[in-house]
Amino acid sequence: MSQADFSIHAQVSRSEATEAMTAPAFRVPAKKMAMWLFIIADSATFAGCLVAYGFIRNSTPDWPRPFHGAAELTNVALMTLILLTSSLTMLLGVQTAQAGEKAKAFRWTLITALFGILFAALHLREWMGMIGEGATLFHNPWGTPLFSSLFFSITGLHLLHVTGGVIALFAVALKYQRGRYQADDLEITGLYWHFVDLVWMFVVPFVYLLNLAR
Amino acid sequence: MTTGVAHKSSLGKDLIVYVCLLALAAIQFVIAYQNISTAQMFVRMLAVALIEAGLALLFFMHLSENRGLRWFVLIFTVAVLLGLQYGWTDSFRLIDGVPWAK
Repeated sequence: MSQADFSIHAQVSRSEATEAMTAPAFRVPAKKMAMWLFIIADSATFAGCLVAYGFIRNSTPDWPRPFHGAAELTNVALMTLILLTSSLTMLLGVQTAQAGEKAKAFRWTLITALFGILFAALHLREWMGMIGEGATLFHNPWGTPLFSSLFFSITGLHLLHVTGGVIALFAVALKYQRGRYQADDLEITGLYWHFVDLVWMFVVPFVYLLNLAR
Repeated sequence: MTTGVAHKSSLGKDLIVYVCLLALAAIQFVIAYQNISTAQMFVRMLAVALIEAGLALLFFMHLSENRGLRWFVLIFTVAVLLGLQYGWTDSFRLIDGVPWAK
């Protein structure tokens, strides 16, 4: 092998190494990766809350089961339907944005945010009903106060995420419409919204359905 | 800036996943009315919730299209979830006492 061949080989190796060092991890751009890292961290937060709830529920005799009416379950079912449907509209928003249909993407993202507002309104109505029955963070009429402490903490944390998601959706959608944000930004916000939906899939069975009166 | 990975999303596939998620959510409500113990109910609901989460992660969040990221998310999440399980024995001890202490 000549000196020139060695030189070319070294240059190719160096460029390959540089590319490998600067290429985004898993072919995912940095801001999308940041969202995934946030989602992983946030899933640990929710998992911590749900596992703590499990520990306390398991170690508390006579755990209350206050959900008995069809109206309460209908409300939870409706909230689930709204959140799942909002995930679908978010997907439509991202797909239309990637297809370059800006007006449609903006509309679908706003519909997703409106579903989020509807979900929050139903959630607050449910909370008001429970507060009306005498449940607060430190007291409830059904037994151990730990029940309402955990119920309001877990559902409150989720509601906080929904509220944050709605604000983010409005902000990103408006900036997308004005041309400051791209389809990628909608997709990243969509990842967060799907995560909020995913968490609800665990909150419903463990916080509501396992506390159904028998 | 582009995402680097073009998603092969289609409305048909997303609709199928959406209907599956609705059906699984409905199954959780059916399980809640079954005449079984709380432990059995918990296991069944957890299984359904995990399937729902898997579908949402793979198709709505597009993890099915990126193998490396899929393993990254899976390993980190499972490690955290396993780490959180250390306290269950204490939870049982609180309600049942310490069975091995004389």
